[in-house]
Amino acid sequence: MRALASLRHSLSHLSLRKAGAGVARARILLLLLAFAGVYGVIAARLVYLGFSTEASAQQKARAADATAQARPDVLDRKGRLIATDIRTPSLFAEPRRIIDVDEATYLLLKILPDLDRSEVRTRLTSKRYFAWLKREITPEQQRAIYRLGIPGIGFLKEYKRVYPNGALAAHVLGQVNVDNQGILGLEKWIDSGGLSALHQAGFATNHNLQPVQIALDLDVQQAVRDELMAGKERYKAQAANALVLDVNTGEIVSMVSLPDFDPNKPSSPKDPARFNRLMTGVFEMGSTFKAMTTAMALDSGKVTLNSKFDATQPLRYGKFTIHDFHAQRRVLSVPEIFTYSSNIGSAKIALSMGVDAHKAFLRKLGLLDRLRTELPESAMPLIPNPWGELNTVTIAFGHGLSVTPLQAVMATAALINGGYLITPTFLRRSEADAKTNAPRVIKQSTSDQMRYLMRLNVEVGSAKRAEVEGYFVGGKTGTSEKVERGRYSKNKVLTTFMGIFPADKPRYLVMVMLDEPQKVEGAAAATAGLNSTPVAGKIIQRIAPLLGVEPRTNLPTAQSMLQLRNAAN
Amino acid sequence: MVSRAQRTLFGEWWWTVDRLLLGALFAIVLLGIILLLAASPPLATRLGVDPFFFVHRQALYLVPAVCVLIATSLLDARQIRRTCLIVFAVSIVLVALTPFIGAEIKGARRWLSILGFSLQPSEFMKPAFIVLTAWVFAEAKRNPQMPSTAIAVASLLAVVLLLVRQPDFGQTVLIVSVWCALFFISGLRWMWVGGIGGLALTSLFAAYHTIPHVRSRIDRFLDPGSGDTFQIDTAIESFLRGGWLGRGPGEGTVKRILPDGHADFIFAVAAEEFGIVLCLILVALFSFVVVRALWHASREEDPFMRLAIAGIALLFGLQSSIAMAVNLHLIPSKGMTLPFVSYGGSSLISLAFGMGMLISLTRKHPRLRDAGREYEPRGAEA
Repeated sequence: MRALASLRHSLSHLSLRKAGAGVARARILLLLLAFAGVYGVIAARLVYLGFSTEASAQQKARAADATAQARPDVLDRKGRLIATDIRTPSLFAEPRRIIDVDEATYLLLKILPDLDRSEVRTRLTSKRYFAWLKREITPEQQRAIYRLGIPGIGFLKEYKRVYPNGALAAHVLGQVNVDNQGILGLEKWIDSGGLSALHQAGFATNHNLQPVQIALDLDVQQAVRDELMAGKERYKAQAANALVLDVNTGEIVSMVSLPDFDPNKPSSPKDPARFNRLMTGVFEMGSTFKAMTTAMALDSGKVTLNSKFDATQPLRYGKFTIHDFHAQRRVLSVPEIFTYSSNIGSAKIALSMGVDAHKAFLRKLGLLDRLRTELPESAMPLIPNPWGELNTVTIAFGHGLSVTPLQAVMATAALINGGYLITPTFLRRSEADAKTNAPRVIKQSTSDQMRYLMRLNVEVGSAKRAEVEGYFVGGKTGTSEKVERGRYSKNKVLTTFMGIFPADKPRYLVMVMLDEPQKVEGAAAATAGLNSTPVAGKIIQRIAPLLGVEPRTNLPTAQSMLQLRNAAN
Repeated sequence: MVSRAQRTLFGEWWWTVDRLLLGALFAIVLLGIILLLAASPPLATRLGVDPFFFVHRQALYLVPAVCVLIATSLLDARQIRRTCLIVFAVSIVLVALTPFIGAEIKGARRWLSILGFSLQPSEFMKPAFIVLTAWVFAEAKRNPQMPSTAIAVASLLAVVLLLVRQPDFGQTVLIVSVWCALFFISGLRWMWVGGIGGLALTSLFAAYHTIPHVRSRIDRFLDPGSGDTFQIDTAIESFLRGGWLGRGPGEGTVKRILPDGHADFIFAVAAEEFGIVLCLILVALFSFVVVRALWHASREEDPFMRLAIAGIALLFGLQSSIAMAVNLHLIPSKGMTLPFVSYGGSSLISLAFGMGMLISLTRKHPRLRDAGREYEPRGAEA
């Protein structure tokens, strides 16, 4: 009986366990299926890789090799070579095969005396299979070392980037590192997706060895750099930069930032010469900003060329007082405000438009956003926050908002090219292409009035020294006080000239900027009209013929420009 | 041929073990040696020793490993539990000591040097801990009064704490995952399964946001452009260069530039020389071992044996699949050695120990006899 009870008990226990076992079994099977799935995915991935083997592996390897070694040539707008690759031998050692380290070191140093003896010895005694001894030696050195017959020494052909024009277009081209990879400027753009961008744009059809043609003109670049260096020297400026822009296409025909560097020589990333002042520097542009203020007012329709603003008294705003440099102490018309470069007048014009409209207009001109071009270098403008009435007052005459010079050039070009905001480019571009994507920012009539004001300023205003006979130059000067230890300095200035030619139908904009120019003998001051303006004049004199702009005789006066326009209307 | 007429120790063993499973394991070991032949010479030359130094070492370790495997597979369930208890006790002490007396390698202290041999105690702790966990969960079924869940959780916490101190996140992930799987098999409610799953996701999320190197690995996986993906790019290139049949033994070049070609990335290195077909065979062998062992587990009547088999199989499966998936860029990079293939003496012997237990537990045995003798409910005796 007892045995029977025991049996029944254990049976019931068994059935209980069975129920638990059922769950466990199901769950183990679930895990089993999961693992089968995981291994299935792994196998599928292997099969997928197996099928993608044939084409992709070789293609990928070839592409990687090609970009690591060869770079496309860079040509200027007329097809002249400005960057190319040459093949140079590099010296390496297989330290494990060197028989006599002392002898090898001695012989190598006879040919290459600039090598460091202890460094060579350390490399040769290491237990490695490969060690560079010197990258990029000359063919003569290669022949000499070859004749020494040292075992375990060899040569590899490497591509070396060469810039035949040296420092001429340094900041546009940028630089490559010892592995021929772009680290700066256009060279970096060529590496970083620029290659594919080229393909997409149809600039390159056959891999990356299709040369890259850029908008720069070597002759113009040479002239601009010459004159700018002379100007920097003459006015003893700390630094200088200049730019020539085709205002109808946005092509950058010339760009110089001084000091510059020779891209053929490796340089340190901290070298100040590598700093591209036009694209990575932000500056308070000074009175050239009055062009924006005036254009905004004229375009709104609320202000005309005949509107008058009172500049009798300095403008008091809180604890600040705004003075005029060429104080007239009377009521001024809009053209007078422009040509006398009146701070008070400009501030009043801006105030009459209101803070929001001012801000919106500058944003429309792209002055409040980071400007991106092909080159990796770019800087964010320094925008006051909060932006109150006082900010509008000062920004109206170019203080309190820092932008890159290239940005200011883009905005100024839009004011005189008929009203199109065209993003500058370093590549070739046609006028039609440029205008399809360019937003209109001001009316054609406003642009005509701005051309008139620019020309008038050369005839009677602060920019007289920019005049080049026959080329009908127009322009606006700007002298801004540099900030020193949080205050505006009285004797350290940044002088800018924005010039256009020919003013009645502008084709090119020339910008010249001198950083901390000094007063020269016989000059009254170190203002833009006396230094960067004459430099720009000399530049225009030299580049206008190169750019195919023909000099004209019997040019109209600025006043007749306006009357002709009015008659036509 | 082994005679079935007499019940010798070896004869009984031979006729009761799962010979297919055993065969698959030996096939993996054999393939492992061949792959190491390809993958280890670059490391050996870098260290300035004979090119086949690591192959010889690994072959040398195979002798004790096979002995451990066979010896363990001769044990019965009760002896296995006891062995595991001893192994676990010794190894946990050693694991606890490594942060103090271990040698620092690549920023972590996981190795102990004993009599000139480097030993990684966490490798031995792993299978022992899993078997003990299986035991605890099985006891929970048999004796509901015992606070077995509490014991299991506490021991897990202790082990995790010790591993994180080394630090060794790979082993931690393996142990925690298998522990959770055992809990799941032994009848965790679905609600809890969801809860623990959610907790796992949350902690992954937290790790992504708080631990920089976890974040960078995941970022690099999701967006290869965001950082240095040299290892994984090279690994994939290795598969592509190898193609279906490989470039031939000794013809590989990727192994020279992959820093962990002999360990974490051996699968990729093998692919270049021996081809994707061989990789597929390896995957098939691993999946055969795991699936067959889990199949055994699902048919097993005894709760302890069921859980122990499943646990060891899952450990093996998880480790091998993570290692291969990382090589194939299916999951973010996580250093994980491929069982029996990657170089390493500790790992080889510990694997032999684990697989020996697997072979032993999956031996054919008369079920009712076991159930009657060993798992007689206590109440019945009274």
